[in-house]
Order: sequence, then structure tokens, then C-alpha cells
Amino acid sequence: MQNEINQKHTLLENTGNTGIQHVGKRRQLINTLMTGLTAACTFLTIALLLMILGYILVRGASSISLQFLIDTPKPVGEGGGIGNAILGSLMMTAAASIIGLPISILAGVYLAEYGNGWFGRTVRFVADTMTGIPSIIVGIFVFTVFVLPMGRQSGLAGAVALAIIMLPIVARTTEEMIRLVPNSMREGALALGAPNWRVTWDIVLPAAKSGIATGAMLAVARVTGETAPLLFTALNSRFYNLYMDQPMASLTVQIYNYATGPFEVEWKMAWAATLILMLLILVINVIVRYLTRKRF
Amino acid sequence: MTPQPANQIEATIRTESVRSAQNQGPDAKIKVSVRNLNFFYGKLQALHNISLDIPERQVMAFIGPSGCGKSTFLRTLNRMNDTIPETRAEGAVVIDDNNIYAPATDVVSLRRKVGMIFQKSNPFPKSIFENVAYGIRINQISRNNADLNERVEKALRNAALWGEVKDRLKTSAFGLSGGQQQRLCIARALAVEPEVVLMDEPASALDPIATQKIEELIVELKKDYTIVIVTHNMQQAARVSDKTSFFLLGKLIESNPTKKMFTKPDEKLTEDYITGRFG
Repeated sequence: MQNEINQKHTLLENTGNTGIQHVGKRRQLINTLMTGLTAACTFLTIALLLMILGYILVRGASSISLQFLIDTPKPVGEGGGIGNAILGSLMMTAAASIIGLPISILAGVYLAEYGNGWFGRTVRFVADTMTGIPSIIVGIFVFTVFVLPMGRQSGLAGAVALAIIMLPIVARTTEEMIRLVPNSMREGALALGAPNWRVTWDIVLPAAKSGIATGAMLAVARVTGETAPLLFTALNSRFYNLYMDQPMASLTVQIYNYATGPFEVEWKMAWAATLILMLLILVINVIVRYLTRKRF
Repeated sequence: MTPQPANQIEATIRTESVRSAQNQGPDAKIKVSVRNLNFFYGKLQALHNISLDIPERQVMAFIGPSGCGKSTFLRTLNRMNDTIPETRAEGAVVIDDNNIYAPATDVVSLRRKVGMIFQKSNPFPKSIFENVAYGIRINQISRNNADLNERVEKALRNAALWGEVKDRLKTSAFGLSGGQQQRLCIARALAVEPEVVLMDEPASALDPIATQKIEELIVELKKDYTIVIVTHNMQQAARVSDKTSFFLLGKLIESNPTKKMFTKPDEKLTEDYITGRFG
């Protein structure tokens, strides 16, 4: 026993101070390196985003005028604008949100609060798979089950396609956000004699509110930027159109048309429309974040 | 709730005073009576054949080492364990002549009668006022705002918190200190006027001053409520409780008046635990 302790003693003396310093320096070096690496990656990500935004701003800003914002598309050389496309995008995104958000948020509530059985597991798996489906396939699906029976493309068909894309994203983020609400809060309410549905409605949903709104906003922003599912479903339109059962213009499809055209004037308009689309998404985001900000 | 006629309220007051008079003596009325209770988490048996009487308007303390089942047992008294999947209880827990594990039992009204304070304070993400008002609102106890305000104030006073929060009722409950949050949770539980209050280590996360306030509160509250408290702190059990029960490995080893438990316990195991020989 005594021998052992003595041995340890000499061992410690042998390594001594220098060993500790050596290890410390190595760790410091790795620490500095890793911090630098993560900082560089962060910078790269942000720089790319800023470059895209800056490029769009530079290329797009010059072509924006009031006329451009309210006019409908016209033959090349006669000016024209994206007024009907802005309206169409807003209407279809709004309709998609009205259809998609309640369903997906309620589905998320179910998955989080009651979805531990085989049914919940199946729904969760299907939702995860759906998130990965390319959006053009959703467009083809809606074309088959909605556009063909109806006999024509329409804004409503476009909205349905966008809503389908929103469903799994919002359902899963809602579920995650609700799961983040500590169980102790639920128990606190249950212990007061609150029935399950009131616990969910009064305590859990308000506590998860801003997270759910953020998820919903990401989904809205994502579908506002979708082109592929609208090509087959909403088609496009050269006119202002307030009827959801008619083909409807959208910013994304308009950008696609302008950008793939042969004329430089149209390319410029495509840049300007892109800028408007980005601003639109930004404005929606800011408004919703303001409305759902944390008060307590 | 339908409005009570005046004579009925008087009758209630009369029985209440008779009840508290009965409780002056050592043979208090039994509020909660547990018979042959077994409890399972899946296949794991957490409680073994527990029988215990909890007297009305007294403080009953549960002590025992971690994992001995005292919290599980506490949570069987308001069926809080129902929220954990794959749990099962056998036996009877009788509160005021009703077996709460009978199929006809309405869990929601049971929990209104048997309130609970948790180990970690769990205020809702609402204002201080709304935290206390929540139970009153969901149980539709108040018929108008004046009555609601009155009840909230009374609950906060009962929890010895009114003076500290009366000027900031509209601010977030998360702005309170840990001890204040715990007293807020006590106020919230008291606001629905339960008959039994279960406390699961209510002061374990608090500093000595906040703990002392909670303990004083418990002694104050037993005038009106039957209190069951789980505690790791044996001094605390000795200070606040009238009766103490000692749990070990899911079994109830001994239940006796606190004074006897801490001086001349019947069981060797109890003595070993209390004197710090294990646990």
C-alpha cells in the first residue's frame, strides 16, 4: 500500500508542472482552431446570403417603379409589370395558409400530446417522408386529382398544392415546439382540475405560440417561393384575377417566364420581381413575429 | 357552480367548526384512507401493499431515501400518475368515503379537491394574477370580476405573497424569484379551495430563508387544509409535520406521530434511517 502511494508520488513529480503546461497549450491551440473554424463557417454562410441579397438588390432595384408594381404583363417593348402576379401570390399563399395551417397545427398538437401509439408513429413517418417529396410531384398530384376533374387550372388548385407542401413541415415543427413545453407545466394545470383539452388550449399552445408561429412562417415563406407546384395547377394569367377558380398569376411563375424569355428587358423585370418577392416574404415574417412576440 | 343558498352556507360553516373542534384531540377524523395499494410502472412494482390513514387538518410527512416510492405514492392520491403511460394502480384510496380508483371517479373533480405543489415551481407563462386566477376560471368558481379579484388576493395572502406582488400583478410570473414562484404555485393551488394539499418536496430547490417561509406557511395552512408533504429533509419533517411515514423500497415501514418517530420509532429500519446509518 505504502509502496503504491510512493510510486504515484514519483510519477506525479516526474510529469510535474511542465506536463500540465504542455497539455494546456495543446488544448488552447485546438480551442482556438475550432473557434476559428466555426466562425469562418458562420461568416461564409452569412456572406453567401448577403451576396445573394445584395446582388438581387443591385440588379432589381433599378427596374422597380410604381408602374411596374401595378401593371399587368405586356408584350415586349410596351413596359408591363407584375401587379397581378403580386396579387396572385398573396391570394394563393393566403388561401394555402387558411387551408393548410389549421390542419397541420392541429395535427402537430395531436402528434405531440396524444401521438404515442402506432397511429401517431405512422403519421410522423408519413409526414417526414412527405417533407422530402420534390414539390413538382405535389404539383402533378394536384393536377391529377384536382385540375383534371375540375377541367382547368385555377388559383385554388395552386393553393391546395402549396397547402400540401406546408402540411408536413408545420405539423412536425408544431409537434417539436409543443414537446419543448415542460411537462411540469401540464401537470400544474392538471393538478388544478383542468381537463386535458383546456391544458392544451390554455397552457401548452400559448407557451409554444412563438415557436409554432416561427415554424408556420418558415413554411409560408417556403411556399411563397415555390414555382414547380404552381406550373401545373395555377398555371399563369396575364390579367388581374380575383376569382380562385380561374388560372392565376404568381410572382414565382412570372419570374420564371421573364427569366427564361429571350429579351433583356424581361430579364431585368425578373430581377425586379425577385426583389419584390423577397421583400414580401420579409414583410410577412416581420409582421407575424411582431404579432406573436413573447409577452410573458 | 350554482349559487348556494344562505342557510346552506351557514350549515357548511357549522360542520366546518365541528370538524375543526374534533381535530383538537389526537384522534382526528381520517381524511384519506389508503388500503392495500400496489402501483406498477409497466412491469416494475413501485409500491407494495400500502395501507395508511391520513388525518384531516394535520400535516403528514413522507420520508425515505430517493427512489423509495414516496413521490409515487403522493401522486397516487390525486391520480397524477394517470398521465404517465403504462402505469397501473391496484387497491383503494378512499377520500371522504369515495374510492378515487373506482371507475366512476371523475379525475378532474378529484384533482380540484386534492391540490398539488410540485418540487420545481411551475408557474404558467402568464401574469402573476392570471396564474392564480386560472384555477378559479377553469372551475368557474367566480361569477364576476370583483369576486375573482377577491379570491386571487385571498389566495396570495394565504400563500404569504400578497405584499410582495400586489403592485406587479400584471407582470410575468417568471420575473419572480424561485421562492416567490413556489409560493405563487401554492397560491394557485389554494385558489381553487382544495381540501387536501399534496406537496412534493416543495422547498428542495429553495434557499434557507425561502424554505423557512414555506414551512411557516405549511403550519399556517393546516388550520384549513389536510397537508401531505414529501421531504428529503428530516429536520423539515420534524419541524412541520404532526405525523410521519417512513418508506423504503416501495414499502411503508412505519407511520407514527412525528415526535415518536424521531425519538422512539417502533422499527429498527426507521431508527437507522433517521440516525443517518443509511440513505
